[in-house]
Amino acid sequence: MSEITQAQITEQLCRRLADFTNAEMEISPETNLITHLAIDSVKLLNLVMEIEDHFDISVPLNALVDVLTVQDLSNLIYKIKSATK
Amino acid sequence: MSLLEKLDTAAAARKAQLPDGLGAFGIPIEETYSATEARIGGRRVLMLGTNNYLGLSFTPECRQAAHQAIDQEGTGTTGSRMANGNYSGHRALEKEFAEFYQCRACIVFTTGYQANLGTISGLVGAGDVVLIDGDAHASIYDGCILSGADIIRFRHNDMADLEKRLRRLGERSRNTLIIVEGIYSMLGDQAPLAEIVKLKNAYHSTLLLDEAHSLGVLGATGQGLVEKTGLIKEVDFITGTFSKSLCGIGGFCVSNHPQLDQLRYVSHPYIFTASPSPATIASTRAALKLLRDGQLLRERLWRNAQHLYASLKEMGYQVGPEPGPIVAVMLDSPQQALALWNGLMGDDIYVNLVLPPAAPDGKSLVRCSINAAHSLEQIDRVCETFSRLYASLER
Repeated sequence: MSEITQAQITEQLCRRLADFTNAEMEISPETNLITHLAIDSVKLLNLVMEIEDHFDISVPLNALVDVLTVQDLSNLIYKIKSATK
Repeated sequence: MSLLEKLDTAAAARKAQLPDGLGAFGIPIEETYSATEARIGGRRVLMLGTNNYLGLSFTPECRQAAHQAIDQEGTGTTGSRMANGNYSGHRALEKEFAEFYQCRACIVFTTGYQANLGTISGLVGAGDVVLIDGDAHASIYDGCILSGADIIRFRHNDMADLEKRLRRLGERSRNTLIIVEGIYSMLGDQAPLAEIVKLKNAYHSTLLLDEAHSLGVLGATGQGLVEKTGLIKEVDFITGTFSKSLCGIGGFCVSNHPQLDQLRYVSHPYIFTASPSPATIASTRAALKLLRDGQLLRERLWRNAQHLYASLKEMGYQVGPEPGPIVAVMLDSPQQALALWNGLMGDDIYVNLVLPPAAPDGKSLVRCSINAAHSLEQIDRVCETFSRLYASLER
């Protein structure tokens, strides 16, 4: 998965979030994790562990402070993936 | 949204979760009669929701020591350990804790919360990693946040998951502090310390063990999980609190690493707060002796804990993974937990109500904690009430 593009990350993230939240709405990069998907602080911690395993990266909890939308999360994952290539 | 409007929103959410259950939190204790009984709402209530594991809160030796300290040294130190608050009692207690754990040194903090905050934030910083169990106490999370280190969680007590995360860190595992607890405060289960030590050594990491709930409870002399497992030499730093088995308030960190002492000069939660009062230090010193020699107390505690755990399990309640002084009953919803809590209070039995997000994985808990001073008759009374309430719980 080392050559993954950001578009692929976003696409995979949307699918993972749909499974994680059982959301009936369509998840897009603009979807807000808190207001649209009702991911509270505890759910977010568990989501992070799933994302770490899916993308085989370490996501420090402190890096989540600026994450509001799916796009924000995708940006963070891409940044970490790029740094660990 | 303004600052105050945010608080209003949070308060509304809290009330919506449990409109009739707010009395369960911060319940007024009107009078405390003993280690097992108090007056609440004008009624004599059996206390099954304290952390007084050895039942030492009214012990004559501890009370006398506290009285004497107040008479001789006053009510408070009015200053930091780094300034005017470094009394002989503080230094004596540090020496006694170091001897108790057969460790090189100890630092005493003003609370157990600050012991974790001060130790973690002093040990790691920006660029380092903390790898914490998913069920870690809030004081551990807050210490990690204060430190500025990268915070990574592993799934609770899951050693394959811990190894996977250590492996991912690569060379950074050498600058990683793994943090686990002897007994976890919500479900009462113990950390698999032997496996954690193996991983810590394999990946050249550092290990901090919080014995807050296991001090006095595990091991022949009550050191905690390190003594039960015989792994004290393998754990780099041990933290703990005076506010549970020792019935005071305060906290400590012990270690064989000579660098421990440097924490006194870099740890804000140690430096920028007043030191524990003379009475607290004196009663803790007396309690530590009783704890160390308290094998009979530990036997009574475990007899009570195993009796309650086995009885609740047999009744059909979903309880925590293993018996111990914390017996957590897991319920399907906050409403069901509140109904059980109300039923117990109706029979004059106080337990802790724990609702999401305070409990792991969105669970709702009725959390019982047992102590050595409970009689078997008291535990039987609790079992009878739980048994009667089981059928009435809506599922």
